[in-house]
Amino acid sequence: MNARLWMLLKRDRYLYLLGLPGIAALLLFKYVPMWGILIAFQDYSPFLGFMKSKWVGFEHFQFFFQNPDFFKLFRNTLAINIMSLVFFFPVPIILSLMLNEIRQLAFKRTIQSIVYLPHFLSWVIISGLTFTFFATGEGFVNKLLLTYGFTPVEWLTTPSFFWAFLTGQSIWKEAGWGTVIFLAAITGVDTQLYEAAKIDGATRLRQIWNITIPSIRNVIVILLILKLGHIMDVGFEQVFLLQNSAVSEVADVFDTYVYRVGIKQSQFSYTTAVGLFKSVIGFALVIISNKLSKKFGGDGFF
Amino acid sequence: MKESIGERIFAKTNFILLLVIGLVSLFPFYYVVIVSFAHPDEFIRSSFILFPKKFSLAAYQYILSTDIFVNSIGVSAYLAIVGTLLSLVVSAAYAYMISRKRLFGRRFLTISLLITILFSPGIIPNYLLIKDLGLINSLWSIILPGLLSGWNVLLLKTFFDSIPDSLEESAYIDGANDLRIFFRIILPLSLPAMAAFGLFFAVGYWNTFFNAILYLTDYHKYPLQVLLQGMLLQAETSIADPGVAAQQASEHAIPADTIKMAAVVIATVPILMVYPFLQRHFAKGVMLGSVKG
Repeated sequence: MNARLWMLLKRDRYLYLLGLPGIAALLLFKYVPMWGILIAFQDYSPFLGFMKSKWVGFEHFQFFFQNPDFFKLFRNTLAINIMSLVFFFPVPIILSLMLNEIRQLAFKRTIQSIVYLPHFLSWVIISGLTFTFFATGEGFVNKLLLTYGFTPVEWLTTPSFFWAFLTGQSIWKEAGWGTVIFLAAITGVDTQLYEAAKIDGATRLRQIWNITIPSIRNVIVILLILKLGHIMDVGFEQVFLLQNSAVSEVADVFDTYVYRVGIKQSQFSYTTAVGLFKSVIGFALVIISNKLSKKFGGDGFF
Repeated sequence: MKESIGERIFAKTNFILLLVIGLVSLFPFYYVVIVSFAHPDEFIRSSFILFPKKFSLAAYQYILSTDIFVNSIGVSAYLAIVGTLLSLVVSAAYAYMISRKRLFGRRFLTISLLITILFSPGIIPNYLLIKDLGLINSLWSIILPGLLSGWNVLLLKTFFDSIPDSLEESAYIDGANDLRIFFRIILPLSLPAMAAFGLFFAVGYWNTFFNAILYLTDYHKYPLQVLLQGMLLQAETSIADPGVAAQQASEHAIPADTIKMAAVVIATVPILMVYPFLQRHFAKGVMLGSVKG
């Protein structure tokens, strides 16, 4: 080690000392598990340990790709994300545009505070609310239907409803919070543009269409691309908490599968391979989407 | 300029639509509170309640006299307080370190953090690590892996980037070292940002569910969310021992739904209490990072 480097290290020793707990946490809880990935290529046995377990190469991956579960998990993950892209993604944008048109400041603030609120609830509570409202027997909606002479519906145990319920939950929980970023972008729009448009006789709808939307288009495109980068991710908690045996065919996604087969049935090596497959695809998609976002004139996020 | 009829229709429609959206967002909260306070007689008699006539605190009394429930509130509060304080100090210190441009190895330390955002080894390797460390069934299994999250550290770093260097330099001249500068100058100066991140960490720990079901097996250590899952999503009201709980509940003639909703209210109240602070500071905090995200 040369003298100059030593001097630099010594000069900033307290800065390194500050970062030390973070460095330790990073190493132990983020990087050590990355070595654990190697058991995807082993027949890992907890009794033999990592060093003595047998190496099997890509056997677990082959088994997974030939397994009918693979198709099911892939389809469900993709379907849930496409639903979210089509039905969830536009909601915060539309909501921001609507909020922006409100002139009564107190009303606008109140609505904002209300729609932000569900974001801070846990998925356990959101699922609990979903059950309270949609449970077959004693749910609010079915009681309402019954009172007015309609037949109750099996909302939560009908497979064809399941993806819609996930999307609906996401909209209720996150759409309001999603407006934060779009409203900020809208605030940045030059007000002179609106003045000029008004003089030209543009209606408010016309102003939204020709000024506001084009002005926030970049933000929309970047968020859309970044969302595409996470198309392999479905939140474990949301799906795990809403699923039941009646809908398992459409509810199983990679993370719930890994939890069920890996943790509950102790098939560590096989499910590490499943998890690794998901992580690698996710990693590639994020890198690609980041490139795309830069190409569209955005910052990207690294 | 006078508004045309079209404009006025547009404004009115928009107003009404937002009012409806607001009510839809709020209604579940309203209903939960109403049911939780509903008097057993009225709840059992009518099919569904919108405007109760008689109120009762029975469900709350029942829940707050249940040891396991009170215990889990304690666990969640402990996680929220200890976890938040530790995460805040560790994250802020790391963020401050990588925000100092003169530091040798700064780029390496930043990229090391970035990689953890982009790539995660998955559930099983994390689980095996916690197991090998002997942390299964210890609350440290929830706190320690959460100490440093890439996104939050990057947001904090962006914040520290904006603190002028001259501040640091004058402190050096007065003979302070980096530790002193960080704890005595930077942290107090960043109090609003620390409050925002602190509250955000606290909500995260309070809402912990996945790690808890992965790593905790002893129900005395269950945080609130795990207990709630048992109560809300299983058919019977089960507090620890379903049989006993159901029996007790029926003795007191409190409907299961009322108890469930009271539990939801109790679990939500702390968040509602910090919410005004969260809203004031965090919208800014999010914006701070959204420039890059």
